[in-house]
Amino acid sequence: MKKQETKGMQQQLMSGNEAIARGAFEHGVTFAAGYPGTPSTEIMEAFSRYEGVYAEWSPNEKVALEVAIGAALAGVKAMAVMKHVGVNVAADPLFTVSYTGMNGALVIVTADDPSLHSSQNEQDNRNYAKFAKIPMLEPADSQEAKTFIKLAMDLSEKFDTPVFLRTTTRVSHSKSVVKIGEPSGGGDRRSIKFEPAKYVMVPANARVRRVAVEKRMAQLKEWAETFPENRMEMGSADVGIITAGMAYNYAKDVFPDYSYLKLGMVHPLPEKMIRTFASKVKELYVVEELDPFIEEQVRAMGITVTGKKVFPYTGEFDPGVIEVGIQALQKGKKAPAAIPPRPPNLCPGCPHRGLFYALGKTKAFVTGDIGCYTLSFMKPLQGLHTCICMGASIGMAHGMSKALREKGKGKIVGVIGDSTFIHSGITPLLNMAYNKSDAVIIIADNRTTAMTGMQDHPSTGTTLQGEKTKELDFAALAKVLGIESVRVIHPLNLKKTTSVLKEELAKDGPSVVISRGPCIFLQRERLKTVRPFTVDTDACTGCQLCLGLGCPAISWKTEEGVVPLTGKKRKGFASIDKTLCVQCSLCFQVCRADAIKPAGGPS
Amino acid sequence: MKEPVTSLLLAGVGGQGVLLASDIIGKVMMRAGLDVKKSEVHGMAQRGGCVTSHVRYGRKIYSPIAKEGDVDILVAFEKLETLRYLNFLKAGGKVLINEEEIYPPSVNLGDAAYPVDAAEVVRRQFKDVLVIHAPALARKAGNARAVSTVMLGALSRYLPEVSPDDWKNVIAEEFSEKLVPANLKAFDLGRETT
Repeated sequence: MKKQETKGMQQQLMSGNEAIARGAFEHGVTFAAGYPGTPSTEIMEAFSRYEGVYAEWSPNEKVALEVAIGAALAGVKAMAVMKHVGVNVAADPLFTVSYTGMNGALVIVTADDPSLHSSQNEQDNRNYAKFAKIPMLEPADSQEAKTFIKLAMDLSEKFDTPVFLRTTTRVSHSKSVVKIGEPSGGGDRRSIKFEPAKYVMVPANARVRRVAVEKRMAQLKEWAETFPENRMEMGSADVGIITAGMAYNYAKDVFPDYSYLKLGMVHPLPEKMIRTFASKVKELYVVEELDPFIEEQVRAMGITVTGKKVFPYTGEFDPGVIEVGIQALQKGKKAPAAIPPRPPNLCPGCPHRGLFYALGKTKAFVTGDIGCYTLSFMKPLQGLHTCICMGASIGMAHGMSKALREKGKGKIVGVIGDSTFIHSGITPLLNMAYNKSDAVIIIADNRTTAMTGMQDHPSTGTTLQGEKTKELDFAALAKVLGIESVRVIHPLNLKKTTSVLKEELAKDGPSVVISRGPCIFLQRERLKTVRPFTVDTDACTGCQLCLGLGCPAISWKTEEGVVPLTGKKRKGFASIDKTLCVQCSLCFQVCRADAIKPAGGPS
Repeated sequence: MKEPVTSLLLAGVGGQGVLLASDIIGKVMMRAGLDVKKSEVHGMAQRGGCVTSHVRYGRKIYSPIAKEGDVDILVAFEKLETLRYLNFLKAGGKVLINEEEIYPPSVNLGDAAYPVDAAEVVRRQFKDVLVIHAPALARKAGNARAVSTVMLGALSRYLPEVSPDDWKNVIAEEFSEKLVPANLKAFDLGRETT
């Protein structure tokens, strides 16, 4: 991990995420809670390393937001940080904290993912701002990201409202030049204030606050008219473009000479400013990724505007998309050459590979979840058959098992990762015990939040800021929830894994199997002494059993002929890349021809 | 008025050091007083998928990514990846290819063939193509993992805005102390390749 190099450097190349963390630190934000999720993860990681701040990974986004609300109630400036789908999880407290406001300041960072680079859906979280009646700022690059987190905090204090800061993958993960400032948060802000009428949202109080929310939004709408980050950049009057966030950069890149209304705040919109801008240009466009969020509101003002008629609803934009849309160009995208795709894959030595290989042999229907293991749906493992959202594997396995009754006996398995189980798996597992389920749940426990880049969680024994802490015991928890059959396996032992799965599928009632094998990235010490396996090409019969593991280190070499040792014909043989092999031994275990050999004898 | 912009596209496979290489280019150009933006998509990069990084610099940069047909130099850290992103290159653009082959899953399984003639396919469309065997040069430099630094060395010859020392200063900062000598050597070996 690189140290935070800030001293004596006036400007730095920073990602949007790093810039948000820096801006928060400079502005006296002392508290942040979040759950890892691409593209938001690095905000918490970078923030947690600044001096004098408190930062935590919460078990999920709902808890993170509630924790941040508590901190804001205690008077400090607090952030809750999550990816777009995380806001769905946090939506319950979100809609009501909009009523209560806070004592300090509260900003919710939502990192959206147009093009679903690393997500299960492409939702446009600007809709949450409107839905929950919360103002939303949207930066276009790293310098703005750093500035806007400060503006968002100020806005939160000024109007006693939570504020959204929305990024997209392209803003979060692009790097651009940022001017570094000195911290100037100022003073101890902590306090306890008793204001039940404001914070106890029973109907009588909530009805009063409901009115206050409308009043606040009306004031914010007025304020938006003078907000300096809503700005007109007048150029040629032939074409005017209303835009926000990264789309602004794409448009400026191809059409630097047109007129722009660049919105720093996307909710609520400055209606008078939009009317003025529209009156100054001949042709008006809204350039926005995903939903026609601004466009529909502009149209509702009675203004003629072009948007989704020429720009796509789906996927992220680039400068080319805007050029094609505005110039009504007919040229399609040049099709790239037809070459083999390169999807992400389970790493060589990944413990999940053993689990899904064994699971495949059971022919069970596997409800899956969110994590690296989701990648096992691809050929050749094809090891899981659903992926909806965090925690869904368990509820779905239970629902299928209940609906199928005797037809589903021994055929329904749910697989969920350790961090995902903690995030959203505990209540559905309790439900399985309570409602007498018959499915098998596997906790694929690789001791980390691997998909997002190795974050700690309540079962790793370490906090985000590196403190040692309590370590959740999955087996004890499952027992306490009412699951009587709980087994622990090492998934790189194929024989044992297969037999335990068979036994648990045959049993009546719910079972939990904890498949425990540390992520390969946690094994750096072991990897230093790895002795790769090799293929004895005289013995390999070309049966391709080892290829069924889908290990990136094993490849197929076509070479028709006779196998020297068996004298039988084969079409080719397997080969192991010794720079990739990490000696997990799965291929050694599946090989029936004794052709895969440990280096230097058995290990 | 459009300001002149130089667009680079680095493409490779997770684990090859594409992102670190693009960070280094970004810092070198920023130190040279230019505006820089760079963009990549990561999150699933460690798991062997494609990794790309756009780097754009000039007096004023808006978009961190180039549109198709607008990239000046494509730096392919893996041979097959050259073909995947060739459509981003502008007419007359330059191509640097690391001659390393890393098989994607479908090739490993025998379902697809690896396009071994990638460099020839590129040469049919673009004149200025440099093929480097970066792993061999990295090993020669004393660190087999310094492939990305070899590629930076080769790229540096095409970027006259900055001197070798500008590169080396940043390289020395970005790597831990014991890796610096091999990476500086790797840079030189890459730069000497013609």
